[in-house]
Amino acid sequence: MTAPLLGMRDIDKRFQGVKALSSASLEVAAGEIMALVGQNGAGKSTLIKVLTGAYRRDGGSIAFGGEPIDFASPHEAQRGGISTIYQEINLVPFRSVAENIFLGREHRRYGLLDWRRMNHQAAELLRRFAVELDVRRPLMGFSTAIQQMVAIARAVSFKARLVIMDEPTSSLDEREVAVLFDVMRQLRAEGVAVIFITHRLDELYQVCDRVTVMRDGRTVMTSLMAEVDKLHLIAAMLGRDLETVRAHATGFSATSAKAGEEVLSAEGLRIGRKVRDARVEVRTGQIVGLAGLLGSGRTEVARAVFGADPPDAGTIRLTGKEVTPREPADAIALGVGYCSEDRKADGIVPDMSVRENLTLGILPRLTQMGVVDEARQRAIVDRFMARLAIKAASVEQKIRELSGGNQQKVLLARWLCTDPKLLILDEPTRGIDVGAKAEIQSLIRELADQGLGVLMISSELEEIVEGADRVFVLSDGRTVADLPHTAASAPAIMAAMAHEDPAATGTANG
Amino acid sequence: MADAPTIAGKGASFDVTAFFRRYAALTALIVLLAFDFAVTPNFASWQTLNVNLTQVATIVIVSVGMTLVIATGGIDLSVGSLMAIAGALAPLIFLSPFGRAHPGLGDALAFIIPVAAAGLLGMFNGWFITRFQVQPIVGTLVMFIAGRGIGQVLTNGNLQVFKNPTFQFIGLGRILGVPFQVIIMLALVAAAAWTFRRTLFGRQILAVGGNERAARLAGVPVNQVKRWVYAISGLCAGIAGLVVVSINSSSDANLVGLGMELDAIAAVAVGGTPFTGGQASVVGSLIGALLIQLVRYTLLANGVPDAAALVVKGLIIAGAVWSQQRGKFT
Amino acid sequence: MSAGTATPAAPSRQSSLAWAGQQRVLIALVLLILFGALRYDHFLGAYNVLSVLRYNSMFALTSLGMCFVIMTAGIDLSVGTTAACASVVSAVLSPVGLFPGLLGGLATGVAVGAINGFMVTRMKIQPFIATLSGMLMASGSGLLLAHNQSVSVSYETNFTWLGQGDLLGFPTPAWIAGLAYVYGSILLNFSSFGRYVLAIGGNEEAARLMGLPVDRVKFWTYVQSGVFASLAGVILAAQFGAGQPAEGVGWELFSIAAVVVGGTLLTGGVGSVATTLIGVLLLGLIFNVLNFENGLGWISLSAYWQSVVRGVFLMVVVMAGSGAARRAIRAA
Repeated sequence: MTAPLLGMRDIDKRFQGVKALSSASLEVAAGEIMALVGQNGAGKSTLIKVLTGAYRRDGGSIAFGGEPIDFASPHEAQRGGISTIYQEINLVPFRSVAENIFLGREHRRYGLLDWRRMNHQAAELLRRFAVELDVRRPLMGFSTAIQQMVAIARAVSFKARLVIMDEPTSSLDEREVAVLFDVMRQLRAEGVAVIFITHRLDELYQVCDRVTVMRDGRTVMTSLMAEVDKLHLIAAMLGRDLETVRAHATGFSATSAKAGEEVLSAEGLRIGRKVRDARVEVRTGQIVGLAGLLGSGRTEVARAVFGADPPDAGTIRLTGKEVTPREPADAIALGVGYCSEDRKADGIVPDMSVRENLTLGILPRLTQMGVVDEARQRAIVDRFMARLAIKAASVEQKIRELSGGNQQKVLLARWLCTDPKLLILDEPTRGIDVGAKAEIQSLIRELADQGLGVLMISSELEEIVEGADRVFVLSDGRTVADLPHTAASAPAIMAAMAHEDPAATGTANG
Repeated sequence: MADAPTIAGKGASFDVTAFFRRYAALTALIVLLAFDFAVTPNFASWQTLNVNLTQVATIVIVSVGMTLVIATGGIDLSVGSLMAIAGALAPLIFLSPFGRAHPGLGDALAFIIPVAAAGLLGMFNGWFITRFQVQPIVGTLVMFIAGRGIGQVLTNGNLQVFKNPTFQFIGLGRILGVPFQVIIMLALVAAAAWTFRRTLFGRQILAVGGNERAARLAGVPVNQVKRWVYAISGLCAGIAGLVVVSINSSSDANLVGLGMELDAIAAVAVGGTPFTGGQASVVGSLIGALLIQLVRYTLLANGVPDAAALVVKGLIIAGAVWSQQRGKFT
Repeated sequence: MSAGTATPAAPSRQSSLAWAGQQRVLIALVLLILFGALRYDHFLGAYNVLSVLRYNSMFALTSLGMCFVIMTAGIDLSVGTTAACASVVSAVLSPVGLFPGLLGGLATGVAVGAINGFMVTRMKIQPFIATLSGMLMASGSGLLLAHNQSVSVSYETNFTWLGQGDLLGFPTPAWIAGLAYVYGSILLNFSSFGRYVLAIGGNEEAARLMGLPVDRVKFWTYVQSGVFASLAGVILAAQFGAGQPAEGVGWELFSIAAVVVGGTLLTGGVGSVATTLIGVLLLGLIFNVLNFENGLGWISLSAYWQSVVRGVFLMVVVMAGSGAARRAIRAA
């Protein structure tokens, strides 16, 4: 191999004395797709931020295209040929597609903006990635995948020689992921290097040439993709020996639980345009998986059952009573809890303490004449901190300072302390590192065994296959399959997901 | 954030610079007091204390409600106009034939009706904001514009002059030598601080301000909480309006509460309650108001013109907020 | 921008949200004018039209500056007192001549705007607080300079032409405001600066990552707002023959109301210059119509009703707008 396009060597970075990176390194060749993996906190994003100039490094050297570089800001890196596509799409939703592509270096004519030329070029650029759309429409009208494409088109139009994609697939469905991978291959063909960061290991094998694994701020492994299997990859990320990894592919032990009485039954749900005819049923002591591609209406069903967005039609029976909850408070009163998919936006109250976050749901019950009984509050907090092994400096620590896994545990505890009959979990392990993930999964099993009814939404097939006692599969807003544990194999679920009507194909393009 | 340590400060080691940044307003107040005792003529007197507390009382009373609103991430521009309405209503009631015929009942109603009316209009603000998902600044701008007009229409823009000792006790009365409005002020501050610390409502306010969507999904009645904070802000404004007209022995709907919304917001900001919501310090708002008042008093007492005091007030507000933000980021 | 919707290239046309709002306020304005024209004699008479334009040009100017600031998701509370302070400065300089008076006023606006911009972009103070502080400083400076009194302008020079004069049959202030709006419209739709303003208001973090000069753009919107406000102040002094340090109270909130009525979102990222002008005219004409109504003598509405009517009008606009916004989001 000739000299690499990018060479980062012996990078050190400290935050207030705490080492975030210690002699980390990363090499990427032109026309190569390099996977960058590691648990949360392994230092991937710190390394990227050092590269793009968002952080200053404390030591080490960076060479790009043979020249030593030292970018002061992401903008400078962009001009130097390194573009980053962030997890949360960093574009301006109100502005048009063309504007988003050209912001920062607009075409001018007679000193005024040349809209005709910019619109024309934007359309041309997107066509290269097989995307046809009206570039004059505001970006907010398009799907996440399209917005992602626009971000990539923007990067490419900057003549980027290296494109960094930070978890670009986390909110895409499989079709959209396939389109994205085509774009990545196209970039590779044009000699552009790509750094691809993801939590979904399966995806690596589809597009990546090589993989770099990070752990505890160090680079622990670099290998050709073809030469390393998934188990070895996980082992390298975790730093554990292979035997323990093999024993727990997920934290679920598939005990087929005895189903008790019904806690939730919803039928004929229709919600907006996304859900047309959904059905789901949960009994006590059961984990029910709700599977489906992104956009199939999973979250909408969960929110409807919980009263967050009441359905337009259909019947809901909660704990034997036929009700349509209008507000979450109604559902909570009936013994339902809901952990949302987006912890940061819908879960935690960042500036409040662990204690207040944990008891937010149960607080009305700890209140007499409007005054909170703090002794009881503290007792509950202590009990659940211990039971869920939540790691925090103290119960008064602000929840935003906790790791993702511990935040999720606090949110689980928020519901568990209300002694619910039904717990709805929307992507309970998304964005959580592998260790905490297994812990949360086994906790969910344990709770179900104790008689809790669980409705679990997950994009990870393994989680559904191994964890659920019964699986409902949604496709395009309809429940298309209802599989018992024995029949819920990965192929069976995927086959059910694939059942879709042709109208759905159009929605991906906006 | 004077009452923050009991909520969040446990387990943190003590850091002197962080302390001063965090308590910038309090520190400034203490320094200023020391300066005044040393330099300003006749400062250490009962009268000076009373003058300052009396002048600051209405701002603090309004700031208490404003702190609650800002803690939910909102803002209330209508307080000055609500003061004008309350101030216009009270004399209308006790000067009416009914009020004159039944002085006791008339005076009682002259307290209750204006304050209730201001509270209801505040509730309307909350309803408008939650029902139509309007930004609070726009939602209360409606009442800011229309409210003063209502006050003016009620009185036809006329100045109402009166002398009614019973009613005016709220602005001129004293208990054990302490002006009654100062007692109201302290009672409201204490009540609000207690609400944040001990009650469900207080925590729900902070949860709504801290993350509204999460609060709703945790069963917090978000809209109801918001309506109540605007209603409480209205009630506080109503009380402040009565205090002002009592002191003046007259009510002029064109002037009562003019610019009060910005004074109250400034006090809350200087006191360290962030505009993003989710955190609140009522005692901080009190300190903020005291600081702004004392700076003005100090300058005037030392012969600086009032106009220059305005400039200094502007600098103080910017400086206080700036130093708190630095405290947060480091 | 509504006037610019004829150009197919203008991207705002596709922004259904802003577009619906633009149509609505334009229709409301036309209806109000029709109502006035049919109901009152002389409503469309030259005298009334010209005096409405002359008087409202000041609010039009402060609202234009405000509009740009709001599009960056900021706010400028200092426009009223900046105008007051500038009116004093220009009155003081008016004996020297028209241009010294004008430039002195504008310099005031630049200074206040730069202080606001500095506080917002360098000291990272929220715009509401920063400009509240700027508002007090401008007010105090004006009062200090004027010794708490109004300052007569000189009639020796042609300074008063800026407020009282005419050009080709139209009042000078109307010309100034009109040119300012043409400039603003071009700036928003056909300059990078305008697009950056909207991008920053729409998603500041993204704008930063795209390498847009976020702080510089924000800084200049505040300076620009200061300049337009001070221009209003110069007109104020010239029109009423005196620099008035205590004037301008509440102008900031009136301007915000006009911008909101014009369909610009306070959250930033969406906005229009042309409809801001419509918003100003709508709020101004309500006052005018009430005056005519009183003139008819059938009912005697006190002048105080105008605030109530304006408030209710703002409420209706906001209610209608919120429905439109919801529909647009659902459709998207």
